[in-house]
Amino acid sequence: MEFFAWCVVAAGIGMGLGSFGTGIGQGLAIQKAVEGVARNPGASGKIMTIMLIGLAMIESLAIYVFVVAMIILFANPFTETVVQMLSK
Amino acid sequence: MTHPFIFFEWLEHQLHLHIGNHVTYTWLVMALLIMVALLVKRNIKTVPTGLQNFLEPVVDSIENMIEETMGHKGKAYFPLIATIAFFILVSNLIALIPGFFPPTANLNTNAAMALTVFAMTHIVGLKEHGIGYFKHFCGPVIWLAPLIVPIEIVGHLARPLSLTLRLFGNMYGHEIVLMIFFGLVPFIVPLPMMLMGVLVAFIQTFVFMLLAMIYIAGSLEEAH
Repeated sequence: MEFFAWCVVAAGIGMGLGSFGTGIGQGLAIQKAVEGVARNPGASGKIMTIMLIGLAMIESLAIYVFVVAMIILFANPFTETVVQMLSK
Repeated sequence: MTHPFIFFEWLEHQLHLHIGNHVTYTWLVMALLIMVALLVKRNIKTVPTGLQNFLEPVVDSIENMIEETMGHKGKAYFPLIATIAFFILVSNLIALIPGFFPPTANLNTNAAMALTVFAMTHIVGLKEHGIGYFKHFCGPVIWLAPLIVPIEIVGHLARPLSLTLRLFGNMYGHEIVLMIFFGLVPFIVPLPMMLMGVLVAFIQTFVFMLLAMIYIAGSLEEAH
């Protein structure tokens, strides 16, 4: 049973670490974009487009962690082996 | 863990069919889009009224965005990109109606779209540059090619993966967060998350469309 407890712990800690770094990255990107718009409001359209692409790129890191966490929780490939070993 | 009651799943169960939610809801979105398109097409006027009035600026803004990002050569890829954009937007927004499942919250739908874009970029590149398209993969100096080619190949293969997983993760994650909030407090509390769902739906459509445009524009331009 410990296996499943550790799975949940791993998913939780992984998601936390993943969103930690992603949050810092996105915050920095938005900070620079806001500074840019404040200096030159005319360029806001272009800055917005580029910022959104960048944010999507950074965000995909957190999304990868999320997908891995979901695989660990709901579609774990080792579940069957562990259950077989437990039933012996 | 999606919505506990999904209308088409129930219908499939009644009819003893096994198709899968994402397929049936893809059909629904397709039917919706085709119906709206036919309705607008039936009476196009120079001075737009009603539905045409609503759809014309949308199509116009997508066209302008393509012109800005891809140049005048990109006009030829307007049908592909606009179709993908409309499909993703409608299927993202459908998630907000109770009993409906967004087809984009399934890996298969997204992989189909991402692979279409991936194949399209290389077909466009080969059509545009012929055999010289492989210069795109070789980097600026020819003796650096053995180093650059593997990196480029991995980079190109990562594109459909990231396109697929980004959309899937966003939509599926939103669905799960919503269900958890519903489980905790089924009144008022999930409302802000639903508002964020509208935002996410629009942003993810925009991002997918923009990345598809950038990938195609990348294979349109000359190798340096």
